[in-house]
Amino acid sequence: MTQIELRGVQKYFGAVQVIKNLNLAIADNEFIVLLGQSGCGKTTTLRAVAGLETIDEGDILIDGKPVQNLKAADRDIALVFQSFSLYPHMSVYENIAFPLRATRKSKAEIDTEVRSIAATLQITHLLGLKPSALSGGDMQRVAIGRALVRRPKALLMDEPIGALDAKLREEMRAEIKRLHVRQGSTTIYVTHDQIEAMSLADRIVIMHEGVLQQVGTPDEVYSRPANLFVAQFVGSPVMNVSSAMLAGDGGAVSVRVGGHEKGFEFPPALASRLNGHAAGGALVLGIRPEGIVVRHDAAAGFLPVEAQIIEPLGAYDIVDLKVGSAILRARTKSGFVSGAGARVFARVDPEQAHFFDAESGQSLGVSL
Amino acid sequence: MAHIRLENISKKFGSHTALSGLDLEIADGEFFVLLGETGAGKTTTLRLIAGLEKPTEGRVLIDGVDVAEWGAAERDVALVLQQYSLYPRYTVRENLEFPLRPKIRRLPKEEIRERVARAAKTLRIEHLLDRKTDRLSGGEMQRVSIGRAIVRKPRVFLMDEPLSALDAKLRESLRTDLKSLQVQLGATFLFVTHDQIEAMSMGDKVGVLNHGRIVQSGTPQEIYNNPRDTYVASFVGSPPMNLLDGTLVDGRAVMAAPGFELPYAGAGGGSGGMPKASGAEGGRPLVFGIRPEDVHLESGAPVEAIVHDVENHGVEKILTLQVGGATLRATVPARTDVRIEQPVRFAWNPEKVVLFDKESGINLRHVA
Repeated sequence: MTQIELRGVQKYFGAVQVIKNLNLAIADNEFIVLLGQSGCGKTTTLRAVAGLETIDEGDILIDGKPVQNLKAADRDIALVFQSFSLYPHMSVYENIAFPLRATRKSKAEIDTEVRSIAATLQITHLLGLKPSALSGGDMQRVAIGRALVRRPKALLMDEPIGALDAKLREEMRAEIKRLHVRQGSTTIYVTHDQIEAMSLADRIVIMHEGVLQQVGTPDEVYSRPANLFVAQFVGSPVMNVSSAMLAGDGGAVSVRVGGHEKGFEFPPALASRLNGHAAGGALVLGIRPEGIVVRHDAAAGFLPVEAQIIEPLGAYDIVDLKVGSAILRARTKSGFVSGAGARVFARVDPEQAHFFDAESGQSLGVSL
Repeated sequence: MAHIRLENISKKFGSHTALSGLDLEIADGEFFVLLGETGAGKTTTLRLIAGLEKPTEGRVLIDGVDVAEWGAAERDVALVLQQYSLYPRYTVRENLEFPLRPKIRRLPKEEIRERVARAAKTLRIEHLLDRKTDRLSGGEMQRVSIGRAIVRKPRVFLMDEPLSALDAKLRESLRTDLKSLQVQLGATFLFVTHDQIEAMSMGDKVGVLNHGRIVQSGTPQEIYNNPRDTYVASFVGSPPMNLLDGTLVDGRAVMAAPGFELPYAGAGGGSGGMPKASGAEGGRPLVFGIRPEDVHLESGAPVEAIVHDVENHGVEKILTLQVGGATLRATVPARTDVRIEQPVRFAWNPEKVVLFDKESGINLRHVA
């Protein structure tokens, strides 16, 4: 049972502010992923919770008690890093048992706990080996075992699988998730990989330049990004973003992209939902490739467009469509558009469209 | 502009055979991608064409002429590597002019200025021309390297993993940039990569290289839909094709290890213009190949599996399913609500099953 809360946390390295007024409440048993590019402040945040960094302002609370002045050792939090940092001269068993040595547990108790965590991680057969005999994945399993054996209040992981190759990374990611489902300890996990974040997290915390951008479930972050940064950071291929002009005459509302003489049709409700944003009609349209519908023949609401580069990715294609001076990338069935230069008809699915303020980049929160 | 042909090339480095019996043909104006893992011989092939290595056996022909006696300079090819190797104290303009400066080229100043201007425009680096190259981002530096190749108007562009050092987002956008550049120039490109997404999305043709041999060469669609063997099947596609051991009994696919059965659409399918597979019946040990997007979850489907992992891509989810001892992947819509360790039922699209011979790994359609 562990809740973690950050309140108004500020952190400077010299003149550079690396964490800017960070507020975050993490529920018991929650799996939180801090996601961002390198230098966004995610690792510093994690280290501040762990007690490896001091903070300049604000509070860090564990179960309601401020801990910012406690030493790392007194916070009862376990850490797993990208580098495994196992003791090379000790066996796997001794490595896992090590954190229990300082406790006053009997040998038999220690043995029970080591074996139980080894069984959970399916590394019982490795207990007698030295770390040098292990693969990268097994080393990281041992490091996780060592972190969990003393039943810490929370588990913090900093890119724990970043150094593994792609296949192993996938396997370990699944294991970390299963372990969490089984053990249910409050977890903070740092990564720059959005797929990892989307696959592991109960909630994702997206950071950019020390500022929290959005906190939400994977689905919220993907389907309702709070601003342009989140919109373009999460999802691959990236969301199409284009400056657009709102045009409406009474009933019909359309959104023009790339100076095209005709706009994409939208329900009349759009105008009112925008709440007077879009001053002079200028706004930013965001649409994911799967939100663009492509047809071979003309139909109401579809604009004639020309296909340019086509990326066949096997299961589907990504087709660049030229709309005025802008390029919108659409996801189609494999082979749907015959080739570059083909004339097709496209529509923006209003339900999947996002609108952002042209100046601040903040989402206007319009959902149709 | 050139046509390239490699005939029966072998290359040995001491006792190590890098290439053996390699045949390769690149048409004039084609974007050819050589795809293979580390050590497959990709870079060696490229260096042979560039004239930086000599083949132990076989011939290299450019426009039908054997170039064995030609030095690297005479072959008039341009190399772009993963490392940018720009002159750091020169401006972008000076870097672009550099290949045109040597006296032997005798280019008038006007011509040099014009070529640099055109290359800069093509690559959208005009605004960077007077900047020193050490002030550029990775993507900008790679554009300048490509620009340095373009100004020379070489006969062939050879590119060795030019995007591999860049981050994912940048790679994604440079992929289309490079492809449209090649279309614009109409030049012959040989592009070497270990990344199958790059190969699929950019190549007019893809040659899959394994252990110094071309295993399969064809359009991205051919390679994806009709892989020649289990190596290509598991290398191309992300996630790769599911490969399951089994036999064909009375028109049904009977899996070996997990003991489940699925329908199979006639011996060899013959769908989509594919040649029919022969000799699949009679208890011959087979490998069934099915792409993850052709595996579906349905409540009434024939086989039960346990969800081992959920990889969330936002637009869709990739599930890892376990059935008995076998593991297979299924791509499902993002809205599918599934959790780790949940039982689900699945079926496959019998039309899309590819049969491989268990022993040789060869696609039965290719045997015929």
